[in-house]
Amino acid sequence: MERRQERMRNFCIIAHIDHGKSTLADRLLEHTGSLTEREMSEQVLDQMDLERERGITIKMQAVRLGYHAVDGQDYVLNLIDTPGHVDFAYEVSRSLAACEGVLLVVDAAQGIEAQTIANVYMALDHNLEIIPVINKIDLPAAEPERVKQEIENVIGLDCSDAIMTSAKIGTGVEEILEQIVNKIPPPLGDDDAPLKALIFDSHYDSYKGVIAYIRVVNGILKNGMRIKLMQTGKSFEVNELGVFLPAAAKIKELYAGEVGFVSASMKDVADTRVGDTITCVDNPTSNPLPGYRKATPMVYCGLYPVETVDYQDLRDALDKLQLNDASLVYEPEVSEALGFGFRCGYLGLLHMEIIQERLEREYNLILITTAPSVVYQVYTTDGNLVEVENPTNLPSPGNIEFIEEPFVKAAIMVPNEYVGPIMELCEDRRGQFKNMEYFGTNRVLITYELPLSEIIFDFFDQIKSRTRGYASLDYEVAGYLESKLVKMDILVNGEPMDALSCVVHRDKAYVHGKALVEKLKNLIPRQMFDIPLQATIGSKVIARETVKARRKDVLAKCYGGDVTRKRKLLEKQKEGKQRMKQVGKVEIPQEAFMAVLGVEK
Amino acid sequence: MHSGIYIHVPFCLKKCNYCDFVSYPYKDEQVKKYVDYLMKEIEMRAASAAWKDRRISTIYVGGGTPTCLPEDYLVKIIKKCFRCFYIESAAEITVEANPCTVDKKMFEKLLYSGVNRLSLGVQACSSRELSFLGRIHTFYQAIEAFTMAREAGLRNIGIDLIFGIPGQKLSAWRECLQKIVAMNPEHISAYNLQIEEGTPLYRSVQKGFVNPCNEEIELNMFWDCIRILKNNGYTHYEISNFAQAGKKCAHNLNYWFNGEYLGLGLAAHSYFNSVRIANKKTIIDYYEDLQNDCLPVMWYEKINPELEMAETIFMGLRLMKGLSLSDFYNRFGCRLEHTYKEVIKKLIKSDLLTISGDNLRLTEKGIPVANAVFIEFLP
Repeated sequence: MERRQERMRNFCIIAHIDHGKSTLADRLLEHTGSLTEREMSEQVLDQMDLERERGITIKMQAVRLGYHAVDGQDYVLNLIDTPGHVDFAYEVSRSLAACEGVLLVVDAAQGIEAQTIANVYMALDHNLEIIPVINKIDLPAAEPERVKQEIENVIGLDCSDAIMTSAKIGTGVEEILEQIVNKIPPPLGDDDAPLKALIFDSHYDSYKGVIAYIRVVNGILKNGMRIKLMQTGKSFEVNELGVFLPAAAKIKELYAGEVGFVSASMKDVADTRVGDTITCVDNPTSNPLPGYRKATPMVYCGLYPVETVDYQDLRDALDKLQLNDASLVYEPEVSEALGFGFRCGYLGLLHMEIIQERLEREYNLILITTAPSVVYQVYTTDGNLVEVENPTNLPSPGNIEFIEEPFVKAAIMVPNEYVGPIMELCEDRRGQFKNMEYFGTNRVLITYELPLSEIIFDFFDQIKSRTRGYASLDYEVAGYLESKLVKMDILVNGEPMDALSCVVHRDKAYVHGKALVEKLKNLIPRQMFDIPLQATIGSKVIARETVKARRKDVLAKCYGGDVTRKRKLLEKQKEGKQRMKQVGKVEIPQEAFMAVLGVEK
Repeated sequence: MHSGIYIHVPFCLKKCNYCDFVSYPYKDEQVKKYVDYLMKEIEMRAASAAWKDRRISTIYVGGGTPTCLPEDYLVKIIKKCFRCFYIESAAEITVEANPCTVDKKMFEKLLYSGVNRLSLGVQACSSRELSFLGRIHTFYQAIEAFTMAREAGLRNIGIDLIFGIPGQKLSAWRECLQKIVAMNPEHISAYNLQIEEGTPLYRSVQKGFVNPCNEEIELNMFWDCIRILKNNGYTHYEISNFAQAGKKCAHNLNYWFNGEYLGLGLAAHSYFNSVRIANKKTIIDYYEDLQNDCLPVMWYEKINPELEMAETIFMGLRLMKGLSLSDFYNRFGCRLEHTYKEVIKKLIKSDLLTISGDNLRLTEKGIPVANAVFIEFLP
């Protein structure tokens, strides 16, 4: 093995949201002198505003740290950041494939969360060295010994060397760096073998094209080299190689075991798939790396611009977002009520929210979002299988043999006293109880099988509010099962509002339909005529309300000669009217859609 | 074209619960000072190029309660106008009056100074309703005031009424109209009570102490009002206004024709030479500007032709006769029915507007929802 590789370590940090991963990463950067204190605005690794606000990392980054260890040697440490949310389990697995070890960060007050367990198992699957780090020991509520015990019991990890840190005040950072050097094995790989490098992430830069984040497994990647992407078969010439220190720094070569980025005038993001293997055109390897499975969108919803003129802007924005987020899929869709928009697929609910927020914040778009839906598998009477991701497209009831919907295995970690409320919630959401495990004296891991459609709608929020924020959730898709599902339509003035159609369980249709029309009744302003609101299943009306006609709308007063005031009042009224969508004869305010669709801002 | 002058008197003995006009509690000192500054504003405006040679066909002294001023002040204001402006001999000169603040002598003096029209704030006919509105007079006092005005020789008296008062019954409103008709005023304005933000009434409604009148009842009150007054010889000439033959309020007609006028006094509004002007609306600011020989202008707004058309339409459509298409063409050089072709087509189809002869007007169905029609013409 090369001496160079012996002084290199590739690692990432896995932690539950809020357990302090980003702060710890910042401390490591600071301690190794990668950043002066002045350069640090908090949490350098979380670049996007949104990440900073939500305290979660969405897009990973790779940073190179220089460390002078106690043994007198200088080491190169590559820190690969990982996202910390359940929707991004797939991206975590990508980060893990580029490492030899992980720091498992657990909050000293909170203990292990459902998410932590899932990620640790993933790390074990990749045969990675795990270094337990108990963080936030400075908190008054910290119980580091109990948490240590918990990690040993739950995960079966030896915690005798677990590091006690407070990333916030900076204790234990030195010890972490020492353990990284001493415990995590150096990367293997042969500089002389044909080039083989794994793309573990990519990023689109409007000047340079796709920038691929790579881990060189074998061989040497050089500036100017002709490279080939093995899956797509496309060839490019490398025009920039570099590493993040954390600012981007250009280098000439990347050796086996190293992590860095490459740009090669790759204009099309589809050419550089994450998980693909880069090799050299002149001396190619014969066998590519295993790669990844493609992330499948689990949740779909319609996105519509409030202003129809923004349609093209929305398309451009989605194009741009997709460049950096291959898991986002979308295709054009037309709704009678909402006009032109897109049906978008996401990894999960958080992913959906993040995309929507980025569209609104970074691209200044105002959007209406339809209720999220899962992908239903509909078996038709003529023996076909149709995948339906938009309730509007569900075949008519007569043509449906049966419908299957995706189920997930959900693991919910809660303190003892909240078991009741959580089970109640899961039962209410059509959950099937699977298992209950006690960890230590106070913590319980409850496992339920639940329809995915039941957890994409405010399930996280419900879990949090029912446990005063103490519960955590992890889920994985378990497969498709048959359910008694029906399509419910909402008719406004006799016309179906496609955007409000939804697939619901037969037993819940009545309650849901009633709630929906009641809500709508309060949101649709009175107009010149009575407006009946109906919830229907097929031709059967299951709930009905009426918005009474507006009979009087006239300014009586004279206001002296203050015509401006009169005009302003009328202008205000007109503005309100303009913000409405015309559906048939009825004018419906945007807020009504937003409120009914549960995305109140 | 017709030009009018509006003069604002921002004082009241007591402010009404529903009122959101600018007014201050009456104080001798304050009133004297105000009239002095008003004189100065009149002089300044009268000397301006825009108003120097204009023929004035209406003057309207409103408030507030103009008649809470000692009558000599009112006479002084009227006389000042005659001295400074060119007032047509047949000009309509109106003073707003509230019962309890008037007597026969005052009316005689006003009449003598040139006032020929009175607008009497009767508002309601039962003591429950009057006290709910925060009025200080009784209905009996209103009749007394009316009688004194007649005795003094006023031959053109308008009465203001309010309907849709919380708790008011339809039958009570009909009775009220009958009582008013029996008095035989030349003009009646009947306004639907509006609950304006910032008023004591608004706060009571917010807190749930008061239930606003039901919309259906208000609408029936409106239709009854039109029916009863028509049966008694009044022409329904504007959404809220009714008059006997030849007694329409010329000053207000000028507003509805979107004509020009000069507003004088605190918070008064003007419109001339395509500019709308609002005067300062706090008394200290008003004084300060005039002290510094400045016009007390709070803001002004240039009205472009597009806006002028819209304003002409939504003001003009308030008139039951509607808006003259030929007048519109003469004023703007384009045809209303072409410029707003699509809008008009749509509104006619919905039976909210109609064209009869030279006039575009609201239909019976359009009158109670006039705002929904007006907004269609805004730019």
